[in-house]
Amino acid sequence: MQSKMKESDPILEVKNLSASTDNLPILKGVSLTVYPGEIHAIMGRNGCGKSTLSKIIAGHPSYNITSGDIKFLGENINSLEPEERSQSGIFLGFQYPIEIPGVSNLEFLRVSTNARRKFLNKEELDTFDFEELVKEKLEIVKMDHAFLSRSVNQGFSGGEKKRNEILQMALLEPKIAILDETDSGLDIDALRIVASGIKKISNSQTGIILITHYQRLLDEIKPNYVHVMSDGQIIKTGDSDLALELEEKGYEWTDNFIKET
Amino acid sequence: MVNENLVKDVVKEPYKYGFVTDIETEKIEKGLNEDIIKLISHKKEEPKFLLDFRLKAFKKWQKMKEPDWAALGYKKIDYQDIIYYSAPKQKEKISSLDEVDPKLLETFDKLGIPLTEQKKLTNVAVDAVFDSVSIATTFREELAEHGVIFCSISEAVKNYGDLIEKYLGTVVPASDNYFAALNSAVFSDGSFVYIPKGVTCPMDLSSYFRINSGDSGQFERTLIIAEESSSVSYLEGCTAPMFDTNTLHAAVVELIALDDASIKYSTVQNWYAGDEEGIGGIFNFVTKRGKCLGKRSKISWSQVETGSAITWKYPSCLLLGEESVGEFYSVALTNNLQQADTGTKMIHIGPKTKSTIVSKGISAGNSKNSYRGLVKMGTKATGSRNYSQCDSMLIGDQASANTFPYIKSQQPNSEIEHEASTCRISEDQLFYLQSRGIEFEEAVSMMVSGFCRDVFNQLPMEFAAEADKLLALKLEGSVG
Repeated sequence: MQSKMKESDPILEVKNLSASTDNLPILKGVSLTVYPGEIHAIMGRNGCGKSTLSKIIAGHPSYNITSGDIKFLGENINSLEPEERSQSGIFLGFQYPIEIPGVSNLEFLRVSTNARRKFLNKEELDTFDFEELVKEKLEIVKMDHAFLSRSVNQGFSGGEKKRNEILQMALLEPKIAILDETDSGLDIDALRIVASGIKKISNSQTGIILITHYQRLLDEIKPNYVHVMSDGQIIKTGDSDLALELEEKGYEWTDNFIKET
Repeated sequence: MVNENLVKDVVKEPYKYGFVTDIETEKIEKGLNEDIIKLISHKKEEPKFLLDFRLKAFKKWQKMKEPDWAALGYKKIDYQDIIYYSAPKQKEKISSLDEVDPKLLETFDKLGIPLTEQKKLTNVAVDAVFDSVSIATTFREELAEHGVIFCSISEAVKNYGDLIEKYLGTVVPASDNYFAALNSAVFSDGSFVYIPKGVTCPMDLSSYFRINSGDSGQFERTLIIAEESSSVSYLEGCTAPMFDTNTLHAAVVELIALDDASIKYSTVQNWYAGDEEGIGGIFNFVTKRGKCLGKRSKISWSQVETGSAITWKYPSCLLLGEESVGEFYSVALTNNLQQADTGTKMIHIGPKTKSTIVSKGISAGNSKNSYRGLVKMGTKATGSRNYSQCDSMLIGDQASANTFPYIKSQQPNSEIEHEASTCRISEDQLFYLQSRGIEFEEAVSMMVSGFCRDVFNQLPMEFAAEADKLLALKLEGSVG
């Protein structure tokens, strides 16, 4: 199975990436390669650099890449704007989705979807065609149509915000999705909906990176690889059993790895 | 950070209407005195009552002091250094549009306001005012069939002198304030609208004000009368060329609504705002007021203020008639060194009167944007209600926003509600939209229009689209 995957080209290659914000180093040489069909989980203590890694891949302007490369479908994307990354198929599911008052969720989703479609040389959708598409995708996350007429994320509960993220992922059909603690703040039912949504959207051509603290999401979506991050580095990589071991022994157990390296 | 600068770039606005029309004009000498006023009145062949009205106003103005309470800073205006009458030279009597100087028609064409028969806008009648005079008014015959009078105020003085004498200065008396007194003394042209009893005006009426010369002020005067059970929607647009001197614009607008009448007055103000260093631009000191004289009458102001170096403007409603309604919906965008002090006065006099205020101020660059409003409940305004909402949006860290709500209630049996908020376009919001494939400029413009939605919803449809475009244009720039 694995050897077959490696025959194709990687979707994402992060090579020895170091980055800082306000001259404070956050990432200290991260390497990570994701092939089509793979699911990677990244775990680690708060502040270890997991979220930073995801934001840098998405192009957040607050971070400077000091060395290393990010390649997406073989191209270096270090200097691409966040919108160009999104249009070309990189998706970041936010840990804390942002509220945008006054901007209708429906219009936001349509403009966003059309930006991606334009990149793919697909016809842009008018409001009517988009209605049809979005109805179908709402099913995946079991969201009510009423969400669409509200302002983006405004007044949404934590679970509603996360489902809105997955709805965006379903509409954008990214090549790679980085889901930053999508499971945090979800009750068990919402977690199942979100997990099954992610599974429905992903396929043998897409890559997924799950950033999480909890085993319960990984029970629903079994990762091919689990990476443990600490102090801006990936200190250990294993298969799904590593997550179980981590759950049992806690992050203290990983402190030993730092000493090893 | 990085984005902070980008936002600044984005709000840099190219002014599209800054051209000057090269046309021979008839100007009178600079300065202001009784002789000048007599000269203006004489040029316009005015009846005696109007000359008296002007001279009385001038006497009052001479005794008044320029107001300094607004949150504005500017160099003192030299009122003797202004030309009070400037008109493009044309034939004495113009019987049809064919006789209008093609250069003038071209000018309005360029501004997107074609006036000629073949090209004129459908469904909107236009009165085009160039410096001190009205050039043309379209659709007059069609409107006349419904009994609607729509013409320049100069013509109205000649043809409907009784209406002018009855209503002029009844809403904004000459002594009301410094700039209103000045306008009453020297006003040159503007629009006049009369909607007879029971008539719903068959199309939107609009005036387009163009300042062309750099050294003359524009002092237009608009009077709209809606008789019992009539209704009208009136639109107003303004532009001016780019000069490095400041031009004074001091207008007065008076609206009168009788029983069950309704007037909707919408403005898109895009006077030249001056350059990035604050050189040049229009000083816009305007008094706009509506009188809801009749029972259940309604006056609704909506404005999108994007231009002028300085805006001093408080479209207001006097709610006299029982159950009359006043509304004020405003978007004011300031950038660079622009200053705006704008808001409204809702004066509840009659019982069961209602008013709504929704104000959205957006300040970018080093600009200053203030909302100033008064809600007053008089002793007889029992059962009256007001709702006010004043929101400010800051773009960048050099802009400022103020809210000055004044509330006076002499009637315990009335309700006044006030909400206010301030927000900033955050880097996180921009990143969120960008990370969904939405370009930076579009993201800013989406958020600004989202912020203004409550007001845009109140504008007539064509105007709403124009306002949205105008804001987008103001927010357009070279994003690196």
